[in-house]
Amino acid sequence: MPSLGADMESGRLLEWRVKPGDAVHRGDIVAVVDTDKAAIEIEVFCDGVVEKLLVPAGEQVPVGTPLALIRAAAEPAVQAGEIRQVPAAAAPPSPAGPAPQPASQPSPSPGASVTAAGPRASPAARKLARERGVDLAAIAGTGPDAAITVADVERAGAAAPPPVSAMRRTIAAAMSRSKREIPHYYLGTSIDLQPAVAFLEARNAARPVTERLLPAALLIKAVALACREVPEMNGHFADGAFAPSAEVRLGFAVALRGGGLVAPALPAPDRQALDEVMRMLRDVVERARAGRLRSSEIAGQTITVTSLGDRGVESVFGVIHPPQVALVGFGRIAERPWVHDGKVLVRPAVHASLSADHRVSDGHRGAVFLEAVARFLQRPEGL
Amino acid sequence: MADPTRDVRQRVLRVLGSIAPEADLHALDSREDLREQLDIDSMDFLNFAVGLHREFAVDVSEADYPRLRTLDGCVAWLEQRTSG
Repeated sequence: MPSLGADMESGRLLEWRVKPGDAVHRGDIVAVVDTDKAAIEIEVFCDGVVEKLLVPAGEQVPVGTPLALIRAAAEPAVQAGEIRQVPAAAAPPSPAGPAPQPASQPSPSPGASVTAAGPRASPAARKLARERGVDLAAIAGTGPDAAITVADVERAGAAAPPPVSAMRRTIAAAMSRSKREIPHYYLGTSIDLQPAVAFLEARNAARPVTERLLPAALLIKAVALACREVPEMNGHFADGAFAPSAEVRLGFAVALRGGGLVAPALPAPDRQALDEVMRMLRDVVERARAGRLRSSEIAGQTITVTSLGDRGVESVFGVIHPPQVALVGFGRIAERPWVHDGKVLVRPAVHASLSADHRVSDGHRGAVFLEAVARFLQRPEGL
Repeated sequence: MADPTRDVRQRVLRVLGSIAPEADLHALDSREDLREQLDIDSMDFLNFAVGLHREFAVDVSEADYPRLRTLDGCVAWLEQRTSG
């Protein structure tokens, strides 16, 4: 079970997309996992043949639990343990390792009320507990072998406070950690978008609707290019030190229709043409809202962009998603009075903000970064 | 006999349903702003325009967007575009 977020402790295997004997290649989708935030498609990171599925669909297992055995092309088949013999804790943290890992650990002792997947409980009880936000570990089961039943969950749920959605809890954990650990500083600037808007109008007028660009594609590319000039905004702060990233993996915040948000990664938008940035953006937003993101898309982001202008706000000052060190926010693109060469003109403009980690950079570098974003947006034909 | 306006309306609603699957489309006020009623953003709206393009085989330019602000506006615009 891969870690699909800094605060993820376990995940439920919703569905297998492969079966024993299937050949798999690096990047193939092999399973779907339900995390606290969304259903995520799990990719395999090696080539080989599926030897055995270790975790059945429907099971909730801790991060680090082996999900399957993949036999690399040249390796002989191995005997794996039974599904129920797979332990939870001492497992390597890869979703499907490059070599077979026989599960030779002892099976749980008979009658134990705790299994690899947590307290013993019926599937229906687990489902209900999850829906109602009830912690199974805090319930004494009254079923066979002290298993927790639906009635047990209902009793516990009645005594529990109103449920908070798993998505809300995950966001709360990440944002609380951010505000506890990251000394944010905030900068804002208004950017003249006359050249960008004129560029988009001319370009889109000549194209079919299926190939149309949204302003977000330009904003994303400008931020990604600015990351190259000010690398202190792009990377991770971990174990007391900042590690800049050579690649820009830009997370774009997507509001989900049922509430909550995810920020899937756009790989290297600084090196992609605008059409490709737009294609990636459309694809990832559509799949985020359909609950079909892949595991590689929700990990490793090096900076985040959020754009809330569609709902009319002029500015957004965001909370950095740890271990990232910066977040860029864009408000509404709207016509505003703009002084140019001593004259007051009406220009389309956007307010851009930067939330940055003061452990890594100072306001001066943040200002240089925002200035670079603004500069790139003045020459949209060069994006 | 089939009512062409009703047919167009149903097809527009079907496109909207694919963009906002959780929405109660029966509760839509056909004279009010679609974006506000369905909480759709610019990406959703682009997908709506793409959906109309595919469903009705019409070109939807950015200059047409203001006509697509409401359900009634959409239907009137589509009937105009697809007639004759």
